[in-house]
Amino acid sequence: MSGGSTPYASRQGQLKQESSIFERGGHGRVGYSLPALDVPAVDAVDAWGAELVRQQVAGFPEVSEVDVVRHFTRISQHNYGIDLGLHPLGSCTMKYNPKLHEQVARFRGFTAAHPYMPEAASQGALELMWRLERILSEITGLPYLSMQPAAGAQGELTGIMMIAAYHNKRGERRQKVLIPDSAHGTNPATASLCGFEPVEIPSTERGTIDLDALRRAMDDDTAALMLTNPNTLGLFEEHIDEIADIVHAAGGLMYCDGANLNAILGKTRPGDFGADVFHINMHKTFTTPHGGGGPGCGPVALSEKLEPFRPRPVVVKEEDGSYRFDDDRPDSMGKIHGFYGNFAMMVRGYAYIRAHGARGLRQIADDAVLAANYIKERLKAEYELPHDRHCMHEVVLSDRRQKEHGVSAMDICKRLMDYGFHPPTVYFPLVVSGALMIEPTETVSLQEIDGFVEAMLAIAREARDDAELVKGAPHTTYHRRLDETLAARHPILRWEPRSDEVSEPEST
Amino acid sequence: MGEYPDTYKYSAEHEWISVDDGVGTVGITHHAQDELGDVVFVELPESGTPLARDVVFGTIESVKAVSDLYAPVAGEIVEVNEALIDAPEVVNDDPHGAGWMIRIKLDDPSSVDSLMSSADYRKHIEA
Amino acid sequence: MDDEMKKGAVTDRNDTGGGGRYLSLGKSDREAMLAAVGVADVEELFAAIPPASRFEGSLGLEAAMSEIELVDHLEELAAGNAADRRVLSFLGAGCNPHFVPSHVDALIQRQEFLTAYTPYQPELGQGTLQAIFEFQSLVCMLTGMDVCNASVYDGASAVAEAVLMARRLARRGGRVLLSEGLHPAYEAVARTYARYVDDIQFEVLPLDEHGRTIVGQIDDEVIAIVLQQPNFFGIVEDLRVAGEQSAAAGAKLVVNTTEAVAFGLALPPAEAGADIVVGELQSFGNGMNFGGPLVGFMACRDGDKRNLPGRLAGRTVDVDGQEGYVLTLSTREQHIRRARATSNICTNEALCALAACIHMCSLGRNGIADLARTNLAKATYARQALADRGMPVVYDGPHFNEFAVRVGGDAAELVDRCLANGVVPGVALGRFDAARADQLLVCVTEVHSKQAIDRMADVVAEAVA
Repeated sequence: MSGGSTPYASRQGQLKQESSIFERGGHGRVGYSLPALDVPAVDAVDAWGAELVRQQVAGFPEVSEVDVVRHFTRISQHNYGIDLGLHPLGSCTMKYNPKLHEQVARFRGFTAAHPYMPEAASQGALELMWRLERILSEITGLPYLSMQPAAGAQGELTGIMMIAAYHNKRGERRQKVLIPDSAHGTNPATASLCGFEPVEIPSTERGTIDLDALRRAMDDDTAALMLTNPNTLGLFEEHIDEIADIVHAAGGLMYCDGANLNAILGKTRPGDFGADVFHINMHKTFTTPHGGGGPGCGPVALSEKLEPFRPRPVVVKEEDGSYRFDDDRPDSMGKIHGFYGNFAMMVRGYAYIRAHGARGLRQIADDAVLAANYIKERLKAEYELPHDRHCMHEVVLSDRRQKEHGVSAMDICKRLMDYGFHPPTVYFPLVVSGALMIEPTETVSLQEIDGFVEAMLAIAREARDDAELVKGAPHTTYHRRLDETLAARHPILRWEPRSDEVSEPEST
Repeated sequence: MGEYPDTYKYSAEHEWISVDDGVGTVGITHHAQDELGDVVFVELPESGTPLARDVVFGTIESVKAVSDLYAPVAGEIVEVNEALIDAPEVVNDDPHGAGWMIRIKLDDPSSVDSLMSSADYRKHIEA
Repeated sequence: MDDEMKKGAVTDRNDTGGGGRYLSLGKSDREAMLAAVGVADVEELFAAIPPASRFEGSLGLEAAMSEIELVDHLEELAAGNAADRRVLSFLGAGCNPHFVPSHVDALIQRQEFLTAYTPYQPELGQGTLQAIFEFQSLVCMLTGMDVCNASVYDGASAVAEAVLMARRLARRGGRVLLSEGLHPAYEAVARTYARYVDDIQFEVLPLDEHGRTIVGQIDDEVIAIVLQQPNFFGIVEDLRVAGEQSAAAGAKLVVNTTEAVAFGLALPPAEAGADIVVGELQSFGNGMNFGGPLVGFMACRDGDKRNLPGRLAGRTVDVDGQEGYVLTLSTREQHIRRARATSNICTNEALCALAACIHMCSLGRNGIADLARTNLAKATYARQALADRGMPVVYDGPHFNEFAVRVGGDAAELVDRCLANGVVPGVALGRFDAARADQLLVCVTEVHSKQAIDRMADVVAEAVA
């Protein structure tokens, strides 16, 4: 079968601008239903005093249910989503979100479960959490889990806080955390939040961490190394065993960022290659839906050394087979979430893993890595490839050749929208100039991959032959090149009743 | 010549200073604003703040980047360009003039001597 | 019958272990791709993993489950929770039992909302961005504040981030006064975040006999005061005293809420002098889900917005002059400022915030007041019902939809006895504070009918006896 897929039929031409909900509606419309009051009414003014009672909430609309449904349905049509097509976003692992998960997560026993319900009446939820911890322990090779962090960044914070607690307990006030120059921005932000000084470690020309630089930097004032493996270039740290030794020999701990777990499922385990703590993005590898930016779920797997410092409470299975929470944890780092974490996302992740089993998970890694390498081979003729060797589940290209014609990575992104694809990640990692980070995941078909590849090749040709076409993209989306400068110079962050003036764009 | 006034002195961090009667006006250079892109926000300290040489006295933001502003000399801030709060784009439009940021009363008038001349600065940015 | 069917053989079909329906590569596809990459076997692509770190064999996981088996298994787990059997529950304490209208859940399941990526490419995410903008606007209207972010993980982390924000605004560390009426789990999270910053000292402001925070004079070492409205014991605070005192001392007044429905009736915190308003919006549009996911929010005054953590959606125009939305003021965030970011957060609770937004729009200005009045009336009735049966309130101040009662014995044991009769009358407060072992926090909302409340009161009375 020849390559090339049919782009999905864009409905963009049929869309209209949908005004704000606050400009809809009218006096007397009702969008809700409450039963008639069956107890005596209470006047808040009598109960609280007039000075503590408000006027009506000015600005809240008066709309019918129909108004609400039409409004949100219309604006939803301006979104691209996984169900429509490929999102080759490096490090985001945008894979298909099974609909089964939406069904099982909505069982009443889960949605109506209260975190303070007596444990004897919460055995189902506790069992699910416990089982998921056992599963993630097996996958990561680390004995303990905390499911409490609400997202990857919070998981990272938890990991570094536990490391700080570990050193403090030993009476050592270590000040520094080592971070590779290819790291995600959360890494130094997290280190600072925990009172550490982030120290940058350069990468070699091979794209992996410079071992000599690491050796020089690692000392007994260093609390930890924060490592992503495979790294943000999609390359596995080949000297991972040595890296772990260098860190541990100086009494430090290795925090491993699990954003790229999709590449190594069943192939290697962080616990086996020396990680002391490994964070997991459930919304990446385990496909809990992105929802336009959340909710996530960011559990951390950890070694024996860090066990006492886990967030509290922890899930415990008793000898009689029952489950409970243990809140009597004197060395715990405390709480990072008001309750136990994002349980409804745990349900989804659990269902996904149980659907796969060991062989299914390994197949994910195989297909994800194969797909990324295939894209690399087909695109490297036109796009500069900083590291020409086997990559893992993602490949990083550069816009350098296109820049010779004045076309940037951002222009390529916008032009890809005309071809019906969500763009890849761009300008990250910072170690590659004009980076395009592409991760297809294992869920995409060869037709769709070929369609993406052909679009990218076409854009490379356009960059040579008709650069203005690319620089002026997107041409077919409803909105085009929204003015981020204007938004930052004169922020409008909430709706206000206003005049009919529309601002002139300040820059292109 | 043209872009980089000969009467100004320049720092390696791409600030300029123009001294008149012991008071230096400081801003960022044309090169700096060009690299930064559209300026969206400038964060400046209050009048009366003492500054040591090379210390960070504020930040300047584009949509995608934040840069520190470094004091080219030591002194006390006597005036701050409030107009930049509502019109940060002036830094892009006129970096060497209306885009000035702070005025410093120099602790030591000779401290500007070690800064670059416009010719040296042009060499510096071409390197 | 042809040979293949007779043999029942799997020929060319994917035999890939479980989850095969989520893969789109067939056997011949893989062969073609391997050929293009120039390797004979996919294992060659993993050669960079050093042998000492290679995992050999199979992960020790249970066999893959088919969809039918999975549904059965998860139904069983769900049935292991009393909520499944419709136990009559009056549990609240920051995870609140409210009704979620069906159209809210239907809309958030639209794939355009559910499966969308973060709108960093705004041309492809205007739906998400407009919804965030409307969410931000609604919360500003509700609280009276100028700017609200796109949501944060939960109310507890919002309080923690507010303390750090107050510290940034003060440009120094100092003392932070926390009301005894702040949710204990929120206090725990705030302490966790602040521990690593080293220069914040917390002190607790006690409650008076009416259940209101005693705010005396505040000295200028204090950088923030944190109150909760309504407070953890359900009491409606008079925030104005705290507003005046904090303004006089140059400290920030942080007002937290775990029950935003209260602001259908209660004075917006901005009018009492709040500088930062934070909290939890799970009450709108979101089920309880064993405590997560939730919807935290942070709102502030216009002058402080560059110190506000979290995402922000802003309105702008595109190259054709058409109005639209983008994520903005991104320079506060981790991907640009890295070590000097306002926070390391890179998620908001987008889908949960969308649900809250849709629900708030559906209620509108009349509905939110009606809902609040309903909650107040139901809780007042329940309070009286329990008082009539010999269980007085702990605090006699005005309440909203929660109140604490003394049960004359161990409240946790009482709850267990009631549960055996299908009723959970509230949260036994001994789990937070041993001195409150005889106290029960009861939450009553629009979901509780008069009959349900009467039944609860009877079951409790019987269990006490």
